[in-house]
Amino acid sequence: MKAKVYVTLKPGVLDPQGKAIHHSVELLGFQNILDIRQGKYFEIELNGNLSVSEANDLVSKIANEVLANPVIENYRVEIES
Amino acid sequence: MKYGVIVFPGSNCDHDAYHVISKVVGQPVDFIWHKETSLDGYDAVILPGGFSYGDYLRAGALAKFSPVMKAVKKFAAEGKFVLGICNGFQILCEANLLPGALVRNKNLHFICKHVKLRVENTNTPFTIETKKGEVLSIPIAHAEGNYVCDDETFSELEENGQIVFRYCNDEGEITDEANPNGSRSNIAGICNKDRNVLGMMPHPERACEDLLGSTDGLKIFSSLTKTIEQIEKR
Repeated sequence: MKAKVYVTLKPGVLDPQGKAIHHSVELLGFQNILDIRQGKYFEIELNGNLSVSEANDLVSKIANEVLANPVIENYRVEIES
Repeated sequence: MKYGVIVFPGSNCDHDAYHVISKVVGQPVDFIWHKETSLDGYDAVILPGGFSYGDYLRAGALAKFSPVMKAVKKFAAEGKFVLGICNGFQILCEANLLPGALVRNKNLHFICKHVKLRVENTNTPFTIETKKGEVLSIPIAHAEGNYVCDDETFSELEENGQIVFRYCNDEGEITDEANPNGSRSNIAGICNKDRNVLGMMPHPERACEDLLGSTDGLKIFSSLTKTIEQIEKR
C-alpha cells in the first residue's frame, strides 16, 4: 500500500523558487506559461494491513505534523491500495 | 544565573553564543545537547544559528522533534527566557513557540552582511538596555529569513508590541530598500505575547566585540542578563 502526499505553498505565500523557474522557462522560449509554483511530493510505503480510511488518517496526521507547515503550506493525501 | 546554549546536529553558531556569554557578558553558560530532556537550573537558553538537520524538509522543521524541544516548551511556559537566533528563530516558529514562518529570501540568495535594525519595543527582557527607535548594526546570514504570517497574526503582533526589530536604513527609516529578504513589514525579530521568547534572524552574537565591527548585539545579551539579575534580586 502506498500513500502520496503533495505539499504546496498556500495561495498568497510568495514562492521565489517558482518565480525563478518561471523566469528560466520563459528565457528558454516556452510560451503561454502564466505562473509556476514549486511544491514537494512524498511517497510513503504503508503496511498493507491498514484500511484505506486508516491509511488516510495516519498519513494526514504525518502530513499535518511533519511534512507540511500549516502556517504556509497545504497538503493533499492520496492512498493507492 | 545560568545560560544554556542548545546544540542541535548542524548548529554552527553555538560556540559564538557560548563565547559571548562566557567571555564578553561574563556569565556561567553550558552547552546543552539536543537529547537532553530537562532545562532545570537554567534561567535562559539560546537556540543558536546554523543548519540543524541540514535544513532538510524545511529550515527548523526536524529540530522541533528533538527531545530538548519538549523541555524548551515547558521552560518557555514557566516564563523562563528563550532566545532563538537565525536557525533558532526558524525552529521556534516551526515549534509554534512563535507565530508565523520563515521562507526563502525574496531574491533567493544566501545573504551575509551587516544590516541596520530599528528597535520597535524596548519593553521586553531582551531590549531594556536599548532606546526606542535606536538603530543597531548587526549582521544577517541566511537564505530563509523572509518572515510571513497571515493578516490576523500580523494585527496581533502589532497590537501586542510583539514586533521587536525591523530592518531599516541608516536613518532608521523602514523602507523596501532596507528590507534584505522580503519579510512582511520588514520584520527582523518578534517575541511571543508573554515576551519571554524572542526570535530574530540577525546574529547579535557576531556583533559583541569591536574587532567584529559592531558591539550593538551586546545590548541584547546585556538586557537579558540585567532582566535575570532583577528577577534574582526580588
